[in-house]
Amino acid sequence: MSDIRAGRLSDAQLAENFAALQPPMDAAQAAVEAARCLFCFDAPCTEACPTGIDIPGFIRKIATGNLRGAAVTILRENIMGGTCANVCPVEELCEQVCVRNAAEDKPVEIGRLQHFATDHLFRSGAQPFTRAGDSGRHVAVAGAGPAGLACAHALALLGHRVTVFEARAKAGGLNEYGIAAYKMLDERAAREVEFILGVGGIEIETGVSLGRDVSLDALREVYDAVFLGLGHNAVNALGLEGEDLAGVHNAVDFIERIRQEDPATLPIGRRVVVIGGGNTAIDVAVQTKKLGAEYVTLVYRRGAEDMGATEHEQEVAQTSGVLIKHWAQPVRILAAGEEAGGVEFEYTRYDEGGRLAGTGETFELPADQVFKAVGQHFAPSPFQESEAPEMDGSRIRVDEERRTSLEGVWAGGDCVPGNDLTVVAVQDGKLAARSIDRYLRR
Amino acid sequence: MNSVALTEMHNDMADLNCTIAGVSSPNPFWLASAPPTDKQYNVERAFEAGWGGAVWKTLGEDGPPVVNVCSRYGSVDYNGTRMMGLNNIELITDRPLQVNLDEITAVKKAWPDRALVVSLMVPCTEQAWRDILKRVEQTGCDGVELNFGCPHGMSERGMGSAVGQVPEYIQDVTGWCKTHTDLPVFVKLTPNIADIRYPARAAKAGGADAVSLINTINSIVAIDLDTFAPQPSVGGKGTHGGYCGPAVKPIALSMVSEIARDPETAGLPISGIGGISTWRDAAEFIALGCGSLQVCTAVMHYGFKIIDDLVDGLSQWMDDKGFANLEDFRSGAVPNVTDWQYLDLNYKTVAAIDPGKCIECGLCHITCEDASHQAIAHARDAHGKRIYTVIDEECVGCNLCHLVCPVPGCITMREVDSGLPHLNWTQHPNNPLRET
Ligand SMILES: Cc1cc2nc3c(=O)[nH]c(=O)nc-3n(C[C@H](O)[C@H](O)[C@H](O)COP(=O)(O)OP(=O)(O)OC[C@H]3O[C@@H](n4cnc5c(N)ncnc54)[C@H](O)[C@@H]3O)c2cc1C
Ligand SMILES: Cc1cc2nc3c(=O)[nH]c(=O)nc-3n(C[C@H](O)[C@H](O)[C@H](O)COP(=O)(O)O)c2cc1C
Ligand code: SF4
Repeated sequence: MSDIRAGRLSDAQLAENFAALQPPMDAAQAAVEAARCLFCFDAPCTEACPTGIDIPGFIRKIATGNLRGAAVTILRENIMGGTCANVCPVEELCEQVCVRNAAEDKPVEIGRLQHFATDHLFRSGAQPFTRAGDSGRHVAVAGAGPAGLACAHALALLGHRVTVFEARAKAGGLNEYGIAAYKMLDERAAREVEFILGVGGIEIETGVSLGRDVSLDALREVYDAVFLGLGHNAVNALGLEGEDLAGVHNAVDFIERIRQEDPATLPIGRRVVVIGGGNTAIDVAVQTKKLGAEYVTLVYRRGAEDMGATEHEQEVAQTSGVLIKHWAQPVRILAAGEEAGGVEFEYTRYDEGGRLAGTGETFELPADQVFKAVGQHFAPSPFQESEAPEMDGSRIRVDEERRTSLEGVWAGGDCVPGNDLTVVAVQDGKLAARSIDRYLRR
Repeated sequence: MNSVALTEMHNDMADLNCTIAGVSSPNPFWLASAPPTDKQYNVERAFEAGWGGAVWKTLGEDGPPVVNVCSRYGSVDYNGTRMMGLNNIELITDRPLQVNLDEITAVKKAWPDRALVVSLMVPCTEQAWRDILKRVEQTGCDGVELNFGCPHGMSERGMGSAVGQVPEYIQDVTGWCKTHTDLPVFVKLTPNIADIRYPARAAKAGGADAVSLINTINSIVAIDLDTFAPQPSVGGKGTHGGYCGPAVKPIALSMVSEIARDPETAGLPISGIGGISTWRDAAEFIALGCGSLQVCTAVMHYGFKIIDDLVDGLSQWMDDKGFANLEDFRSGAVPNVTDWQYLDLNYKTVAAIDPGKCIECGLCHITCEDASHQAIAHARDAHGKRIYTVIDEECVGCNLCHLVCPVPGCITMREVDSGLPHLNWTQHPNNPLRET
């Protein structure tokens, strides 16, 4: 009998578990931290930021008490600078290359400073941007995730009208449905969407799915340009026996429930096994632990250094009490009646040819719940019955300006090649908007 | 702690005993006349902590004491550090004269080995100075300090810096004091004048045994941008106050050096004051000729306990340098202070960047590019690493890159032999008035 139930922890314990990993800075802390910034020329951090935020510039503004100016400096390059402050893997981006690492082994805490500045602006309710005069052009955006919204905002600023078609009930994409709850507290995603729309000129039509309710051909016909920010729309399967048993979940689906439902009502297994090695695997493992699972084991088929999850994320998992087991691959999901009861794994290693291979030796892990986190991908299903853009593997092929092979169609974010990060999606949307603007004014 | 313990604590270390104008103390660190020396309670706790001496908070005439305002202090904070500079609009002691005199008597009795100097400020009449001196002498104190420095409040009443800005008054008042007391007379100078040598010469002419400097500098530290009130604000209004703390140290050092190397005042004992916060500051003041050192802001910031490191740091450094006592290095830097016109125009240095230490912040490049001589090139190597290189022919050796570089030892100023003899401005062909 598997042990799966809601309410394993008290409300108070849940609240504590899902509080921000890093508490926001207060003004005094921000002043001290901002003073550590050397105001580098040709700053490595700015170069490492996919959206190219003028980091020394905004930090100097914090240091002088010009918080509104600091926030605008951030948002000018990255309209989701508020979210990115919390979700970017800064240890692999801006903070990794901070020259203070060389000087004293500790970077300036750019992410937390960015949070401090953007929060100040959001709390004030001010809308710092104004649109250019109406261009008379109208652009369609499919998908209201970071890529689509960043593109829409930049286009609106440039004077174009934008209509965003979003399949789901809420805008925000994975900011709303995917990012770990303890990184996106207090309706942050929804407030950010509201802020973005606050500039004017952007309409969102939710519940409208490209391919189902409207075709790409039709959008190209009616609108002056189209941007595709569709993200991933399909989950990779394990293809193993037992995958359909009750208690076996796609990690992203369960993560969505954590974001959208009251955590106290979520059914959680006593023993949880997570299969995968990326940030999604880490996120589901950490959050089931935070929801009260007693044993959470994350199993990955290669070594720690091969994991898609950053070293920092792995550390978060370990300090949250998740056991990470390397070098083992799932063989089958074991049944306990109609339900999952465990997972059989086989040890792995690299063979002489450097290929991953099973050793033949197996072991079993008991599990009340099994989460599959072996990746998502983009399936070109939305283009059925329309002229489809060329693909690059399972992603939409784009050039430097994020133009697809189709005249008048751009794409960005997780549905195009590149790192699957919020900040990268925002940059794609911004670059595409600039390219679309040039196209519309040609 | 008594004096025996103090000596024991440092018996294998440099001798910090200090004597200035006949006043001795077990170390050169005195509290300056200010709130930390306002009453017996503070001064005794300071002596317990190890301070070598104290200049009692300035006493005024007998009669109704002065009245202070609220608030009184303003601060200049820098990059998250508090009180880089402090300013105040406080007056002299606001306690009755006799209370102060009784407490001074008690403290001196209990702490005979410490220097106890009494600061004074009374109206500019011989009578007033004679009266106060007679009463102060009875306390058993070691000396008096004439406060000609306070730049606010008292100066509006014809005292403090109103006296200190007129050399003739300084000479007269100092003369009266020398006539009416045998106690050593320290004259505390105001920096709010154009040339510090004139008041110092006047003090010497009046017979001063020593000068103390600097007192505080006229200042408004800040304007509140919401209320437009100067800080510190007294119900929305403010006035210029006296500036002190680390920010004023360079000004104090310069003024001390002027007096130390002026032929008319050379040898006049100096009690150094102004921004002294660490033993390094102290050593610098002594190297410019100071006898004792007075500290106010650093104590107002951190409390008396900083005396531990002041004493310990100075003795450790003296041990490292092989100085047995303060005389061994006193005035050591004075001969090296000269006029600009005597500096060698053929002396050359060129900046050198150690690529192994460079953290790639680029500040050397951008500051030389924007504010100096475009003498640091920047490039990227094959791996994208930022490479900064000094263009020797363009470098004027100004020091700027060396100063802005955040990594100690990364940019050094290399001496280069210009192959030319020493040549100063008085000899330079470009000088129409050169000596021939
Ligand atoms: C669990 C998880 C955790 C993550 N954590 C982080 C993190 O900590 N930091 C980080 O930087 N990144 C993180 N990411 C990645 C990041 O969320 C994505 O890279 C980013 O959201 C991509 O933005 P996007 O706009 O391309 O796609 P999405 O955010 O997926 O948005 C796509 C939008 O398009 C809509 N859509 C899809 N198909 C259609 C259609 N046919 N018609 C209309 N609308 C459609 C979707 O509903 C969605 O709203 C995480 C991802 C996951 C899954
Ligand atoms: C609040 C305050 C009050 C002061 N009161 C006096 C005073 O009564 N008499 C005096 O001679 N100097 C007074 N001073 C000046 C100090 O003695 C000292 O000269 C000055 O602060 C510089 O030293 P520092 O940089 O160590 O503070 C006062 C300074 C402060 C900050
Ligand atoms: S010393 Fe001055 S001129 Fe020479 S490289 Fe440095 S900043 Fe430029």
